[in-house]
Amino acid sequence: MTGQGMTGQGHAGQGVIGRAVHRVDGPLKVTGRATYAYEHGAEDRPLYGYIVGATIGRGRLTRIDTANAERAPGVRLVMTHHNAPEQGPRDTSVPIEYWRAQPMLTGPEIHHYGEPVALVVAAAFEQARAAAGLVEVAYEERPGRYDFAALRDDTYVPKVVNAGLPTDTAVGDFDAGFRSAAVTVDRLYTTPYEFSMPMEPHACTAVPQGADLTVHVSAQIVDAALASVAATLRLDPARIHVVAPYVGGGFGSKLGIHAETILAALAARMVRRPVKVALTRQQIFQLVGLRPTSSQRVRLGADRDGRLVALAHDVTMHTNPDMEYAEQTAATTRSLYAAPHRLTSHRLTPLDLPRGEDVRSPGDAPGLLAVESAMDELADALDMDPVELRIRNEPTVDPERGVPYSDRHLVECLREGARRFGWERRPTRPASVRDGQWLVGYGTAAAIRGHFQMPTTVRVRLAADGTATVQSDMTDIGTGTYTILTQVAADGLGLPTDRVRVELGRSEFPTSMGSGGSWGAANSSTAVHRACHALRKRLLAAVREDTRSALCGLPWEKAVFADGRVRIGEASEALSDLVARHFPDGVQTTGETLAMTDDPHYSAYSIHTYGAHFAEVGVDADTAEIRLRRMLGVFSVGRVLNAKTARSQLIGGMIWGVGAALQEEGVVDVRTGAFATRDLAHYLVPVHADIPAVDAVVLDGYDDKANALGAKGIGELGICGAGAAVANAVFNATGVRVRDFPLTLEKVLPGLPPPEE
Amino acid sequence: MSDSVMRTAGRSPDERAGRLSEIELSVNGRVRRLAVDPRTTLLDALRERLGLTGTKKGCDHGQCGACTVLVDGRRINSCLTLAVMHEGDEVVTIEGLGAPDDLHPMQRAFVERDGFQCGYCTPGQICSAVGMLSEVAAGWPSHATAAADAVAQRIALTDEEIRERLSGNICRCAAYPHIVAAVRSVAEGDAG
Ligand code: FES
Ligand code: FES
Repeated sequence: MTGQGMTGQGHAGQGVIGRAVHRVDGPLKVTGRATYAYEHGAEDRPLYGYIVGATIGRGRLTRIDTANAERAPGVRLVMTHHNAPEQGPRDTSVPIEYWRAQPMLTGPEIHHYGEPVALVVAAAFEQARAAAGLVEVAYEERPGRYDFAALRDDTYVPKVVNAGLPTDTAVGDFDAGFRSAAVTVDRLYTTPYEFSMPMEPHACTAVPQGADLTVHVSAQIVDAALASVAATLRLDPARIHVVAPYVGGGFGSKLGIHAETILAALAARMVRRPVKVALTRQQIFQLVGLRPTSSQRVRLGADRDGRLVALAHDVTMHTNPDMEYAEQTAATTRSLYAAPHRLTSHRLTPLDLPRGEDVRSPGDAPGLLAVESAMDELADALDMDPVELRIRNEPTVDPERGVPYSDRHLVECLREGARRFGWERRPTRPASVRDGQWLVGYGTAAAIRGHFQMPTTVRVRLAADGTATVQSDMTDIGTGTYTILTQVAADGLGLPTDRVRVELGRSEFPTSMGSGGSWGAANSSTAVHRACHALRKRLLAAVREDTRSALCGLPWEKAVFADGRVRIGEASEALSDLVARHFPDGVQTTGETLAMTDDPHYSAYSIHTYGAHFAEVGVDADTAEIRLRRMLGVFSVGRVLNAKTARSQLIGGMIWGVGAALQEEGVVDVRTGAFATRDLAHYLVPVHADIPAVDAVVLDGYDDKANALGAKGIGELGICGAGAAVANAVFNATGVRVRDFPLTLEKVLPGLPPPEE
Repeated sequence: MSDSVMRTAGRSPDERAGRLSEIELSVNGRVRRLAVDPRTTLLDALRERLGLTGTKKGCDHGQCGACTVLVDGRRINSCLTLAVMHEGDEVVTIEGLGAPDDLHPMQRAFVERDGFQCGYCTPGQICSAVGMLSEVAAGWPSHATAAADAVAQRIALTDEEIRERLSGNICRCAAYPHIVAAVRSVAEGDAG
């Protein structure tokens, strides 16, 4: 359902879609005028909540004494399990975790370190924080299971993994295939706990107004926040108003709301005043889900020409015992390379740690670290160029589902990347190139990421002055939603971008699936595209019989909407005149995107995005310090909606991959179940000095099976494989293969070549 | 907290406890008088008392740079300093650098080069970049400065210099390459 027949709208070409338009929310963001969740309601003088967390990993509260805290200056409320309101239970029949109730302070049991035991509410932040230190808690501690390395063989089989994907798959006879292979790789890789760590802490300002409650949240999915608050507080969803116009990053960690929102909302209703709560940076490490730690066995068997005959990816990861989360770590391995005999599996090790949650590119990020490292090991074993090895294993159909690919350009990404990067200069022998102090190496890896489509509705309204307003509860978490929807609506209605206004992030607006899973842009822009199509139809129907219009009686199928005018052949009329005459109060329609389960293309085709990463590293010959020197990603994502924001997101993803390869690692104190790395000085993420020139190139594309715009998601693709390219470059530089991520220098140092004379 | 139970009717708990401190400082060119809890950081005074929420709290511990403001022309982490320590100081925040219809060159460069995504680290990056360029102009060396340049107090603004000097400002969206491009364009005077 595109605009064909009526206009050129929506097709690739000269239009405003795809253009590198500056972010429309840019001027507000760079001047500090964009307001985030904690920055609302100042006029109502909100109270401040501060969370007190458990200091044991498992056990129960035997006593909690709030008397001193309650007497402290400014304190209005100390909420514990003794006085917290009754809340709705976490209901596992609700299919997606983020829509479920998230009850807090429900009893004396402690399930993981840092779990909230009290909320202190006071007139000022300083008072709440100080009084939080006066809450006295006694515990009975029970031994917990915290040590993944020690317990990882103690597993169970989940029914399904994340996104409803199958736990295990098998094609052919893996064992026989692997035995028959001329060259094999059989390796174990481990990946650490990782945290999303958006720069804006998880926060909520809850404002009660009679029976209504407004929650300003930092959330990726407004509808999930609404459902979750309503179910937890047992309120009529119609009485709850969720507001999230700006979100300071989410990366999965704001798909659902957490303690900050529930506790702020409960407290606000108890004290009948606005209450705001933000997690401290340290609390984010305990109260927001994390990427599970994993151990992954990858087995590859190939013939002498490098053609894979057998491929297996077996994953074990931790899960919280009560709140299962099985990251789909082996899922895209099922679609990546051809091989007749294949296996994938996922197993879970229950540990008394915070639950796993989606962290940017769930599954693919850790999975490709392992599989794409193993491919590099296979290339080394075969003495073959790693780019060539991947090209040789390009499938013609999805090797497990047996359906065709919609729009697969992995080989082009590899070739184009190799050409642009100067891959032919790669040292063919590891540890053979030096630049002064530095051992220099090149690495590559493939990127693949499933494309999802989720139900989304938007409203587009044309006012009599010829301006358009787009409304959706969709969010812009840095992804560029405001900007791309402006472009799609401008294209769809033939208006200049400054006559389109996009309003997002309010539960009063039509429902979307928000930002997550890289589906936000395609879902919401397809819906806007359709709404504009419907609007054009209504306008043309009105004008057909309108003798006052210059367009009356002309063949309306030939109408073109452009530059604020509707044109048929030589005749034209201003869009605003047309709207003013026929719809003096304006005219609006909605547009919808279907769930992928209702869209036959998604079962008939294997729909993914692709890419190839190329990294050059230097490793200090004496200290093993690893420095990324440059990096390039070439991607195929269907059609790009905004060349500027798309590139930024892909580069951002690649840099996340660099962090995963070299820095990021959550370390558990296995005696207490607390994360020892619980601030940004210990949980290291890339900073300016870590990141040299990084470039992303997007191939021209259009995936007609994905949606009417031909666009697919890009928010997560950049990470996929990026870390493996860096790790493979470290091997190429040093000859040292580290299989335990991240590649910190003490793991590389012992294997460095001896000093030169 | 031994005096925490001191109470006198009719006044706020803090006034009762005699815990507020009067301060006067200039913020974005305007003199502001405040009675603050002495524990209030400059960051919270700006955000919670003066409604200047453009300055962001990312960690409250000096580890992220989101709270960077200019005090007497120098960039500081406003979460690591108490409001009461700034009596008489001149504070410039992101709101003071420019407005949406009147952008500072650094703000304009960030928009043009797409030096941000979610925008949460951005005010800190921009204030930090503005402060950093004056440090470079003043000849202050950094870890990335060649020894000879450090001695001569003449800093070549390489990309390494920019990266090194902005490393206190974390961007989890990882807009780093575009931030460096934005800063460079301002330094080279071609932001327009
Ligand atoms: S909030 Fe001040 S450095 Fe992070
Ligand atoms: S723009 Fe999101 S953290 Fe920098």
